[in-house]
Amino acid sequence: MTTTTPLRSASASMTPPRGEAAVRRAFDVERVRADFPILRRQVHGHPLVYLDNAATPQKPQAVLDAIVSYYTEINANVHRGVHDLSERATTAFEAAREKVRGFFNAREAREIVFTRNATESINLVAWTFGRTNVGRDDEVVVTAMEHHSNLVPWQMLCEAAGARLRVAPIDDRGELLVDELERLLGPRTKLLAVTHMSNALGTVNAVEDIVRIAHAHGVPVLIDGSQAAYHMKVDVQALDCDFYAATGHKLYGPTGIGVLYGKAALLESMPPFMGGGDMIASVTLEKSTWNVLPYKFEAGTPHIAGAIGLGAAIDYITGIGFDAIGAHEAALLAYGTEALSSVPGVRLIGTARRKASVLSFVMEGVHPHDIGTIVDREGVAIRTGHHCAQPVMARFSVPATARASLAMYNTRGEIDTLVRALERVREVFA
Amino acid sequence: MSDLRDLYQEVILDHNKRPRNFRAIDVPTHFAEGYNPLCGDRLKLYVKVDGDVITDLAFLGSGCAISKASASLMTDALRGRTVAEAQALFERFHHVVTTPPDQPVEDLGKLSALAGVREFPVRVKCASLAWHTLKAALDRTTLTSTE
Ligand SMILES: Cc1ncc(COP(=O)(O)O)c(C=O)c1O
Repeated sequence: MTTTTPLRSASASMTPPRGEAAVRRAFDVERVRADFPILRRQVHGHPLVYLDNAATPQKPQAVLDAIVSYYTEINANVHRGVHDLSERATTAFEAAREKVRGFFNAREAREIVFTRNATESINLVAWTFGRTNVGRDDEVVVTAMEHHSNLVPWQMLCEAAGARLRVAPIDDRGELLVDELERLLGPRTKLLAVTHMSNALGTVNAVEDIVRIAHAHGVPVLIDGSQAAYHMKVDVQALDCDFYAATGHKLYGPTGIGVLYGKAALLESMPPFMGGGDMIASVTLEKSTWNVLPYKFEAGTPHIAGAIGLGAAIDYITGIGFDAIGAHEAALLAYGTEALSSVPGVRLIGTARRKASVLSFVMEGVHPHDIGTIVDREGVAIRTGHHCAQPVMARFSVPATARASLAMYNTRGEIDTLVRALERVREVFA
Repeated sequence: MSDLRDLYQEVILDHNKRPRNFRAIDVPTHFAEGYNPLCGDRLKLYVKVDGDVITDLAFLGSGCAISKASASLMTDALRGRTVAEAQALFERFHHVVTTPPDQPVEDLGKLSALAGVREFPVRVKCASLAWHTLKAALDRTTLTSTE
């Protein structure tokens, strides 16, 4: 029941126009936009132009419906009741886990742990795998383009364990220097934590190669998939990564729900993260034993509505398909790159050859904050600041950037509106 | 658009482009570094106090037009004032930039150019960074933040 609404609306947006049945999954951006109610609103008297998708994309009606339907019809706690609603809630919650499994092509549903967000997924690994595998004088390797979420937990772990954090450098385009990274991998390396896609630069890392290289050195790999997972198909078995972290709100789902994929054998070997209800098998006053996967890592009442909303978001995304989404976003990124480059004084930060959906830029003589405020008055939402990636800002010697980031519902017209708004910025600061 | 003109008044654009007292002071009696974690902006504020009088103020750092102009205007406004006067002006300035835009506020001369931030709540921090840093410098703290 929780799945019928999302499916209906997801399929509505992909139904080919009459007489064109052969063109399956023809991508119609206007039809996609119609699925996102917030895109109809105005901001400061202008139609909303939402270009802050790397922070969090908007939610389709199917996701909103799934959440309302859960609370309206089956709200109950999971895994702990024999009554009808509790059973239904448990079934819907576990069905969502199965959707996440399918979405990332994990082998088993028990390899999917629900968390609050990617940050918690990464911290979970740091505090369980990290605490048991990283010791004095060991090393953890990260890259210079990580979000603070995939940097600070490793700094904290290394500090606590007396281990060393090594950082693989990036070049002036914002590309990871994979050779340099490989040079950092050695017998002391206990984990490589690398982002699949940079939120500040848009760089897409060749994670398939990186995992192969790391494994050749016997190093397990955690991939931060927060940005990549809503732009491209991710197959954790094909990647052969050991952990993959994702965050529901960037997958067009609700906030407060995250995902950690881990290989079953690794998850089995790890101690629990938090203690409490649901994560135990048996408890006496002296001692407890742990529940099976994935529940060992899911202490306390989970975000049931969040998981169900995420399931609906995944149905929505797969209903449209990453082929169509990827093609649309790539064309838009090319258009936006060209359009922004033609604005006098604008310099793009992050020009990797393999890149997705992020246009980070600075404008000569104007601080990003001022850009953000002025374009906001034209209804254009962009992010300005350090994007939780201060080391990236330092690498490019800028205190901050302005960032327009794209999602499947953005249009060329919206890029044009941004460019016009940037002309206003020029006028104000003439 | 009128809101924007209130925010980016001529005085502010001018002080952004040509910030006054944008330098270090070799031997300051007071110093503090201000930091706005929201945007990563940093501001170093140097103050020289002789007896009870602020004889020199200067600043360095990167920031948006609002925070730069605010620091520039503040350093101009406080030279020659007593520490007590500076502290009183901090309170008055703070009151002006945090009063809702539909309510009247006192005229602080050139400093009033920053009253436009009242229409832009997230930018109030930008306008107050220099002042919070001043307060920290006078209290002899070394790092302050507007968050
Ligand atoms: C690359 C990357 N990693 C991690 C995160 C953290 O996501 P969350 O705040 O949902 O945990 C983000 C989100 O901003 C991100 O872009």
